[in-house]
Amino acid sequence: MTTTLPAYDEVVARYEPVIGLETHVELGTNTKMFCGCPTDFGGAPNTRVCPVCLGLPGSLPVANRAAVEATIRIGLALNCSIAQWCRFARKNYYYPDMPKNYQISQYDEPLCVDGYLDVEVNGEPVRISIERVHMEEDTGKTLHVGGATGRIHGATESLVDYNRAGIPLVEIVTKPIPGAGAMAPEVARAYVTELRDVLRSLGVSDVRMEEGSLRCDVNTSLNLPGEQWGTRTETKNVNSLRSVERAVRSEMIRQASVLAAGGRITQETRHFHEDTGDTTSGRSKETATDYRYFPEPDLVPIAPDPTWVAELKAALPELPRLHRRRLQQEWGLSDLDMQSILNAGAVELIEATIAAGTTPTAARKWWLGELSRRANETGAELADIGATPEQVAELQGLVDAGKLTDKLARTVLEHVVAGEGSPAKIMADRNLEVVSDTGALTAAVDEAIAANPAIADKVRGGKVAAAGALVGAVMKTTRGQADAKTVRELILERLGVQG
Amino acid sequence: MTDLTSFSAAELAGLVARGESSAVEVTQAHLDRISAVDDRVHAFLHVDTEGALDAAREVDSRRAAGEPLGPLAGVPVAVKDVLTTKGIPTTAGSKILADWRPPYDSTIVRRLRAAGTVMLGKTNMDEFAMGSSTEYSAFGPTHNPWDLSRIPGGSGGGSSAALAAYETPLSIGSDTGGSIRQPGAVTGTVGVKPTYGGTSRYGLIAFSSSLDTPGPCARTVLDAALLHEAIGGHDPLDSTSIPAPVPDVVAAARLGASGDLTGVRLGVVREFAGEGAEPGVLAAFRAAVETLTKLGAEVVEVSCPHFQYALPAYYLIAPSECSSNLARFDGVRFGLRVGDDGTRSLEEVMSATREAGFGPEVKRRVMLGTYALSSGYYDAYYGQAQKVRTLISRDFTTAFDQVDALISPTTPFVAFPVGARTADPYQMYLADLFTIPSNLYGGPGISVPCGLADGLPVGLQVMAPTMADDRMYRVAAALESAVGPFTPPAL
Repeated sequence: MTTTLPAYDEVVARYEPVIGLETHVELGTNTKMFCGCPTDFGGAPNTRVCPVCLGLPGSLPVANRAAVEATIRIGLALNCSIAQWCRFARKNYYYPDMPKNYQISQYDEPLCVDGYLDVEVNGEPVRISIERVHMEEDTGKTLHVGGATGRIHGATESLVDYNRAGIPLVEIVTKPIPGAGAMAPEVARAYVTELRDVLRSLGVSDVRMEEGSLRCDVNTSLNLPGEQWGTRTETKNVNSLRSVERAVRSEMIRQASVLAAGGRITQETRHFHEDTGDTTSGRSKETATDYRYFPEPDLVPIAPDPTWVAELKAALPELPRLHRRRLQQEWGLSDLDMQSILNAGAVELIEATIAAGTTPTAARKWWLGELSRRANETGAELADIGATPEQVAELQGLVDAGKLTDKLARTVLEHVVAGEGSPAKIMADRNLEVVSDTGALTAAVDEAIAANPAIADKVRGGKVAAAGALVGAVMKTTRGQADAKTVRELILERLGVQG
Repeated sequence: MTDLTSFSAAELAGLVARGESSAVEVTQAHLDRISAVDDRVHAFLHVDTEGALDAAREVDSRRAAGEPLGPLAGVPVAVKDVLTTKGIPTTAGSKILADWRPPYDSTIVRRLRAAGTVMLGKTNMDEFAMGSSTEYSAFGPTHNPWDLSRIPGGSGGGSSAALAAYETPLSIGSDTGGSIRQPGAVTGTVGVKPTYGGTSRYGLIAFSSSLDTPGPCARTVLDAALLHEAIGGHDPLDSTSIPAPVPDVVAAARLGASGDLTGVRLGVVREFAGEGAEPGVLAAFRAAVETLTKLGAEVVEVSCPHFQYALPAYYLIAPSECSSNLARFDGVRFGLRVGDDGTRSLEEVMSATREAGFGPEVKRRVMLGTYALSSGYYDAYYGQAQKVRTLISRDFTTAFDQVDALISPTTPFVAFPVGARTADPYQMYLADLFTIPSNLYGGPGISVPCGLADGLPVGLQVMAPTMADDRMYRVAAALESAVGPFTPPAL
């Protein structure tokens, strides 16, 4: 593009954005939406399939009760009303990764409607209205081979893997979100983050954006203040929280540049590119596909028993926002401290570490200190760093018991992260335990005194500060495994000086 | 005829159970009959000689081992080629599935095997069950054993003709708008559409999911009931399957065979008793009504005012569903693939495959349904048809407040000559005028031979409330005991 893009500040000074988010969540049920095939990620292509999820002639779907239950729980957690009666619908379109050339979804009768999710953006509460939560089945995956780009153009062959076909999906659609102004990108990110946390707390999905179990489409439009909402675009392929924010920002800038040049926005699907941070045009929706939705005749309507729904509601776990507020109080943290834990994505890790038997202060210290530093260096998620909350608690226990100094503990942690086992095992294997055996330590002290008579005399003469050199010598012979404070006390004691 | 093919299924099961005949002998007799006559009848698309004899041998060895045998063990059965059979060709009468061997058995076929029946093979049908004459089969028409120049009805003409030709004592059909009952009527055999959800659709290649109902075909009402009992009942693989036991159709058939219908109230559907049917059909029907009255039934006239809209509603709902159900036939995963020579795009290959693979009637209905479901037309067509469906169901429930069952001719006309109605689709559609309402409502219907018109069989239809299939068996068995049997001329 030859035109220079406007600065973000100029964009938001002139236009008001309206955003909307459609999130697809792969449910973590054991079996697929409409058959008994397993749902585990991966697997050799076309091994987790049966006549139903392959759409073979004659096969019929049967709805997975666990998936219906998970969807109702999501709806309840998002403050939705649960339909007393609703149906699946067929969405008809031809694509080779769709075994039946229609997708079983829900159309005008979704299972959950009219909810909301409260999020915080820079400490300010924002309520996001939820339009609907509905169930559908995932498609297979098409792999284009033989070309340079992995896209269909230039490919010599297209292969389809139907392992993913029929995995239960839940689609969560927000109502349009106007009024976010310059904060629109952050609002989008905060919403997806909070939604992810809610879904995780419900245990309905592993919500991994990079594996595609949480997928996000971002709708964006701009309008001049006081005017009607603009034409929206739908950005797909947004595969991380950071990308959600970037996608909104870059699409706002792009649309502003088109509008400023007197152009108009085409209603279309756009693809987000992780590497460049911008979006490119996908298929135009101006000649919108007619999906010819109609009620799925192969499935009986869903009519959840109100008693069952009430039971599910009563059994919902504490939702993340309330949970965080309670933890902050229990841990005695300031808003700022809590925010840094949230930003690091360490709430659950710290909570689990405390549950494994250590103090909030110590747990926070390890996760936000040494481990966050390592995560930043390697670009890994904190949860994937290689140390478990149990290991961190064990490590702190060894420090508390005087078996490790802080410095030794950091060394042990390095080996834990490298996957060498538990802190206690590493400490033993690598002989890293503090030398606390007074006999051995006394011998080392005496040896240091004997080797440094001049320094010893200075200390005896009242120059207590000179003892530092002797402490250093002892630490050297014990390879750092002695506690410096204990060594110092022992030296002074042996030299007959009051500390 | 004194050979084994002349016996009913109930009689054959008795012969096998008592050891008076072996299952292999029974099976071989029917295989021989198929060899002798099917080149003229063309009821079968595939005969599974080895599979049938294997199954028969197994029944014989189980009997020899003293194991208990079911009421149909050792009895041959033919299956409409719309039901999947593991490893055995299943074409739905279409070129697009000409070489397809399913990797799984339909529930009906699994239950047939479990019951110890012997599957002889797969029977001819209109492509994807769309038609009323079997002339829309991609593999050539089936001929009516009563007159080989005439059609055997459809879409399940193969299943009914095989019965009339004594190639099998039992067969399975599927009924979406009359595809079991109308062929039954024009071949002088018994055809039953059970309550929707009373028989599993798992493995039934879908035409119109909300209407398709697999069911039994036989030469006697009792045989149909025995087969119904063997294949019916709840199936967890079919969401629309009713979780309730099969009504006691066998007991009802036995009760009816006593010829006493005292206390039974029957309603003649006024809208189906006058115009629209051939004079010979109406005459046979009226005679049957008199017979039923003589057997003790009270016959009254009832009005079902919305039945007149059944045909148009059906021709929106069924094509709409089929346009979606048949979308999977695209050459990607199974069946025919045309034009995949490296020069064509995926869309072009899909399109060429469907162009070459589907016949004219299937294309007509797919296009009709695609149109009816499209944005802007949905409410006027599909939506409106669903409302009519509700009104028709209300007509039924209102009628069943007054009578136990409804009766009508099964179809307006007797078997017509091959080629007589293929030029005008509407003339073909009229064949299902009287049978379609039950499909829209979901209740059961049976066609039982009630007389002849110009030497060709006429069927009487009995329609009952949902899950009251037993009622219609009783009425049909009573009529059968009073007027039957009707035997076609020797082939």
